[in-house]
Amino acid sequence: MANILDSKIPSGAIEDKWEKAKFENKLVNPANKRKHSVIVVGTGLAGASAAASLGELGYKVKAFCVHESPRRAHSVAAQGGINAAKNYQNDGDSTYRLFYDTVKGGDFRAREANVYRLAEVSANIIDQMVSQGVPFAREYGGTLANRSFGGAQVSRTFYARGQTGQQLLLGAYSQMMRQVDAGTVELRYRREMLDLVVIDGKARGIIVRNLLTGEIEAHEADAVIIASGGYSNVFFLSTNAMNCAVTAAWKAHKRGAYFANPCYTQIHPTCIPVHGENQSKLTLMSESLRNDGRVWVPKAVGDKRHPNDIPENERDYYLERVYPSFGNLAPRDVASRQAKYACDEGRGVNESGKAVYLDFADSIKRLGEEKIAERYGNLFEMYDKITGENPYKRPMMIYPAPHYTMGGLWVDYNLQSTIPGCFVAGEANFSDHGANRLGASALMQGLADGYFVVPYSIGNYLGGTKLNKVTTNDDAFKAAVEGVKKEISTLVNIKGNRTVDSFHKELGNIMWENCGMGRNAAGLKKALEEIPRVREEFWQNVRIPGDPNYLNVELEKAGRVADFLELGELMCRDALEREESCGGHFREEHQDNGEAKRDDANFCHVAAWEYTGNMKTSVRHKEELTFENVHLATRSYK
Amino acid sequence: MSGKHINLTLKVWRQKGSKDQGSFVEYQAKNVSEHASFLEMLDAVNEEIVAKGEEPIAFDHDCREGICGTCGFVIDGEAHGKLKATTVCQLHMRNYNDGETLTIEPFRANSFPVIKDLMVDRSALDRIISSGGYISQNTGNPQDANAILIPKADADEAMSSATCIGCGACVAACKNASAALFTSAKISHLALLPQGAVEKDERALRMVAAMDSEGFGACTTTGACEAACPKEIQLTNISRMNRQFLGAVLTQRPKHKDGGAG
Repeated sequence: MANILDSKIPSGAIEDKWEKAKFENKLVNPANKRKHSVIVVGTGLAGASAAASLGELGYKVKAFCVHESPRRAHSVAAQGGINAAKNYQNDGDSTYRLFYDTVKGGDFRAREANVYRLAEVSANIIDQMVSQGVPFAREYGGTLANRSFGGAQVSRTFYARGQTGQQLLLGAYSQMMRQVDAGTVELRYRREMLDLVVIDGKARGIIVRNLLTGEIEAHEADAVIIASGGYSNVFFLSTNAMNCAVTAAWKAHKRGAYFANPCYTQIHPTCIPVHGENQSKLTLMSESLRNDGRVWVPKAVGDKRHPNDIPENERDYYLERVYPSFGNLAPRDVASRQAKYACDEGRGVNESGKAVYLDFADSIKRLGEEKIAERYGNLFEMYDKITGENPYKRPMMIYPAPHYTMGGLWVDYNLQSTIPGCFVAGEANFSDHGANRLGASALMQGLADGYFVVPYSIGNYLGGTKLNKVTTNDDAFKAAVEGVKKEISTLVNIKGNRTVDSFHKELGNIMWENCGMGRNAAGLKKALEEIPRVREEFWQNVRIPGDPNYLNVELEKAGRVADFLELGELMCRDALEREESCGGHFREEHQDNGEAKRDDANFCHVAAWEYTGNMKTSVRHKEELTFENVHLATRSYK
Repeated sequence: MSGKHINLTLKVWRQKGSKDQGSFVEYQAKNVSEHASFLEMLDAVNEEIVAKGEEPIAFDHDCREGICGTCGFVIDGEAHGKLKATTVCQLHMRNYNDGETLTIEPFRANSFPVIKDLMVDRSALDRIISSGGYISQNTGNPQDANAILIPKADADEAMSSATCIGCGACVAACKNASAALFTSAKISHLALLPQGAVEKDERALRMVAAMDSEGFGACTTTGACEAACPKEIQLTNISRMNRQFLGAVLTQRPKHKDGGAG
């Protein structure tokens, strides 16, 4: 049997691969497209743009989202911007430079060919979004404005105030709604995917729960695209929206889709610190703030003075000190870790000691308060609302928090998972960010996948695959529906003593302590003992009041936490096996004076996990990575 | 964590489903941290309710960063509560005093049927968008983005209208339950941009018709919507919509039935 992890990277020079792939793709005759149906799960940037494009092409599309409206998808929350190699600033940007920066930023754990394609289509994304009415920031002459963004030394980030994600999502959403109006896209709201149906080895449909009525529905199609986002909520406290879950991807994993690099979590350095016991989630402050804000802590341990009373020479601007060439714009993993070190040394601020200052005093002095307000006004207001403090008068306090997850379902160059006909787009797949997502690159990937990659690869698949007719009356569908119903009835009949959230918090603590910003073998082994214990208790003692045949929020949460309890274990196993540090994965045993120490000789590969029946027996497979264009080198931001 | 803690009495609207009769039920919120958000306060109340084996208060919420537009209900008669320009998820308990009684009920409008408790069905807003709230532009091969020059003032104004999060507070705050602020924000956002100006007449006609057919009331320009809007969407959008709609009605041409060359 051929290697199931065949990346299907086209041959030839990196610049030509995507053109070659597009030309070699099989085509579906326009008149035949309407005979093919495609399911899209999730309607964020990747899902909405995929549904819109496929609808335009003429396929019959069914799009599903857990939200009450696709416009709510968590893509809305991205603040800072989207990268594109337009070189509008004439500062030396190019497709190749964006590619180079992204491979390097991913710490050589991404697939070169995918990243090149991402850089290549980035410019199209901006054109596409502008043409459909995204109100990007403009200069007085009417041209688009750009700014620099964490980790990049050129100004390639396009933005719409601090709401870039929202504006891009509204763009993709409106394009999808246009197709809804045209009748090519059928939209199903408040539906959660609870299983993937595989027939003759191919993905042929999904099972969803109607969250309003509790009804379990079966939907068939010729292909399924999973664009259900990331899984940072495994940590309970994260910057993800409350409904972000791994469930759709996890169910596909249990049906045979390999899960790649689950341990790669991005810890975002600039979040509002934890305030207390009842906190439900963390709020990110855009990384763009680091363009004008200076990060510091007091030099002395335990210095509890008001920040404005601490003189310059008693402050440690540690990012500028440790990384003179990148300073406050050091990449996210590096900046996060340095904040942790400062706090571990007892120099953290806030009552908890788990915060550092992000100070705008110098910029306000240099540029004036008005200019700062123009750049970051809405973020400052948001900070003020949440903390009750005015960041124009007193430095902000920030601390790292789980944000984006780079791991996800394994996909080949065509974004197809190890299950034929099951494609994965956006954050739900693993492919483009390696071990660290740089700022402003997630929006880029979501839209690249949805608008410019998946529509081609779906055509290639449907044009080149013999598909038998299936209906939801087939045994595989019936069995999947029964399985889902059984799991729901098991959950509601436990009638135990503990709330769903209490389990989620317990898991979250274990994950943050042992598989968070720093990991080590002892902690991971401990977590691997604790998680199965929590999982066992969950299945014996969770309490879900109310009716499963109606809107039941506790039941929804319980299903998601059940999946997180499995994923969490896989993340820890993956982290334990990866005996190196790279990007967001920092194994404390593998470092040089606090800097991550990669092991290219042994770990220059993607780890893709196969589910074989239960968590303990999952099998780790490897896709070796080769770097022909950007040569393996140690990152240095000094 | 230190900081002030308060106790509150909550009168919460409980309604099992759209066809059921609803009523207010009283709950005690004890020892609430001033740093908690309003929704985190409700989470804590819900944990207690669930511990008793009862069904928690259902409310819509998601990002909890004031941007997704999912959350929202009425607190003491005000949509999203008493702070200006704030969604309920960004409303923090330091704005309340110890011992206060708060009345919490869903957004009320005929076009927003109650689903359960504080959750309402706002899908009518999506149908207004699908009726024309877009630019007709297929994927692929658009011109270079900088080939369309847009004066900064226009781009900024379009952006200000585009910040609408579609939460529905404007509808709930309006005595006529009008969706004019929401609809006009989208119409303005697109019409202010050269890309969107091409089909502005058709868009205004269709979106206004959709708004009416969804059962939203007429706008009387009293401005309650603007006052309640968490994103400070301005009433001037409604003027712009009205002018466009009237212009479009006056100059409306029948759609060409003539086919293209064979």
